Amino acid sequence: MSKTKLKIENLYKIFGPRGKSFIDPVKNGMSKQELLDNHSHVLGLNNINLDIPEQRIQVIMGLSGSGKSTLIRHINRLIEPTAGAITVDDEDILSMSQLQLREFRRKKTSMVFQKFALLPHKTVAQNVAYGLTIQGEQESIAKEKSHKWIESVGLSGFEERYPAQLSGGMQQRVGLARALATDAPILLMDEAFSALDPLIRTDMQNILLELQKDLHKTIIFITHDLDEALRIGDNIAILRDGKIIQKGDPQQIIMKPADDYISDFIKDINRGKVIEVKSIMQKGSSKGTSLDSSCSLEDALKVLNNEKNNECSVVDDKGKKIGKVTLDAAIGALFREKASRNKEKYK
Amino acid sequence: MDWLAEFPSLGKRDLRDLKKGIDGSFREWSRSNGDAIEAFFDPLYFFLVWLEKLLIATPWPIILIIVAGLAYLGSRSWKLALGSVVSFMLIGYFGMWKDMMATISLISVSTLICIAVGIPIGILMSRYDRVQSAITPILDLMQTIPIFVYLLPVVMLLGIGRVPGLIAVCVYAIPPIIRLTNLGIRLVDKEILEAADAFGSSYRQKLFSVQIPLALPNIFAGVNQTIMMALAMVVIASMIGVKGLGMPVLQAVQNQYLTLGLMNGLAIVALAIIFDRVSQRYGQRLQAHRYGKEHE
Repeated sequence: MSKTKLKIENLYKIFGPRGKSFIDPVKNGMSKQELLDNHSHVLGLNNINLDIPEQRIQVIMGLSGSGKSTLIRHINRLIEPTAGAITVDDEDILSMSQLQLREFRRKKTSMVFQKFALLPHKTVAQNVAYGLTIQGEQESIAKEKSHKWIESVGLSGFEERYPAQLSGGMQQRVGLARALATDAPILLMDEAFSALDPLIRTDMQNILLELQKDLHKTIIFITHDLDEALRIGDNIAILRDGKIIQKGDPQQIIMKPADDYISDFIKDINRGKVIEVKSIMQKGSSKGTSLDSSCSLEDALKVLNNEKNNECSVVDDKGKKIGKVTLDAAIGALFREKASRNKEKYK
Repeated sequence: MDWLAEFPSLGKRDLRDLKKGIDGSFREWSRSNGDAIEAFFDPLYFFLVWLEKLLIATPWPIILIIVAGLAYLGSRSWKLALGSVVSFMLIGYFGMWKDMMATISLISVSTLICIAVGIPIGILMSRYDRVQSAITPILDLMQTIPIFVYLLPVVMLLGIGRVPGLIAVCVYAIPPIIRLTNLGIRLVDKEILEAADAFGSSYRQKLFSVQIPLALPNIFAGVNQTIMMALAMVVIASMIGVKGLGMPVLQAVQNQYLTLGLMNGLAIVALAIIFDRVSQRYGQRLQAHRYGKEHE
């Protein structure tokens, strides 16, 4: 487990002129609806605790109104919290002066936006260099660096175009290049790919994952799309009504959904593709073929079916045997628990 | 029941005393401070006179070339440049060249003053809501108060001539540029501002590299409106002794000289159309990036 880069503790956000005065009632259990009906204040975030590991992709997922965009804006203090603490590298973000905060935003974080938020009056090259320009970087260096990033997102030859001349996917590549150009260790992505067509979205996910292999940034990625979350997230936190209701790696979320809300959320995913062998691994060993622990069920089923006694051994990435897997367990994992059908629906 | 039919008002004598008191004290104040205030505006006066003399002394072919050049640079249209030159020639041919130069110098100086004063005020209004709510009613007042009402104190203070004329023109013409600067900056996309913040821009960086450039089309619409309103004031300004195309119009009104009034009036219209078209085209060109037309 890598070390914690960013720590969020007991974070609350109450929107409204007298937010602070409702902190105690909310801590004592006043509900979001109650707060809204009786006091016209909106509970944006409710007791968020999250440790974000260094150099990993942390996905924060939730439907619209769940508070995920509010949460990501707390990390660079575009929104001020009502109560709580945020630390980056053991440095308290909330006690920073305006000047320190500006420096923090310049050097430590960068951000990609859902609607791109490019500067329409500047060219692609100028947009990508924006972060460097406001840091007072020399023009030649800024140009050189931005050129490199434009190339790495595949936009060479478009340097002198204006954003309005580019398609949505290309505009977001500019947004990504702009965010990467400042070399900030933390990358905040607010529904960065949500406004794109499905095919282009997959494309952009590939670009991001490919770049991440070399860059090892700490990425906080907001999305409402479960497939996207499972695909790119090393860790996922699921947000509902301003509360984190489950956090863990993708396998944990699929195999052990914390409540009916999440089970409902994951009911339409292709389990054969997403679930990995390690999630259904049992203790012991088998003489059958070795399967990689991150092998998908779909691939494993084929192998298991051809085995004599329908068993395979599981090996980790170093080739060491760590357990076994059976056909029965694999088939069992493909079924989703139906319990939620009969239970009372969540509100 | 008399008191119901008649609205309770200040007695006639009290009212007269009140007016007299205010009039008297203002007159006294203007007498004692008039010279100082006049001295304050002296540089403006000299600049105005210098520009007017320069324009009149410059050989007319050079003026025509400059007009054609400016019109083309502003609008990128040969038709408009040619039209401007032809109108200038016609105005000159009918003997209104000098008056036209005087009017142009007044319009130029007042527009420059309005830009120099108006844009910073507009920026302040866009930054602070309090400044906005304090200045908006003043702008409303400036735009609706009958012109003669503020012409009078200006004349009492500064007498008759170019400078009071210029001030009157500016008071009338400055509101649109202030309003549109404020509006333009406030209309800049919140997401883009958020992006600028997220990358750590200072207020100044945000203002000059994001807000003002994106507000320019609106600011320019304000400049255009300011020019138009300044031209509309030319005749009224001539009532307090400002030379130019307005003076003959005023004469014509007083003496029923139909042709004189018509000719000078049409000259003002021609100037207005030229200024308007050229500045509008220029403003539109500032928005080219929005449609991505520059690199087709």
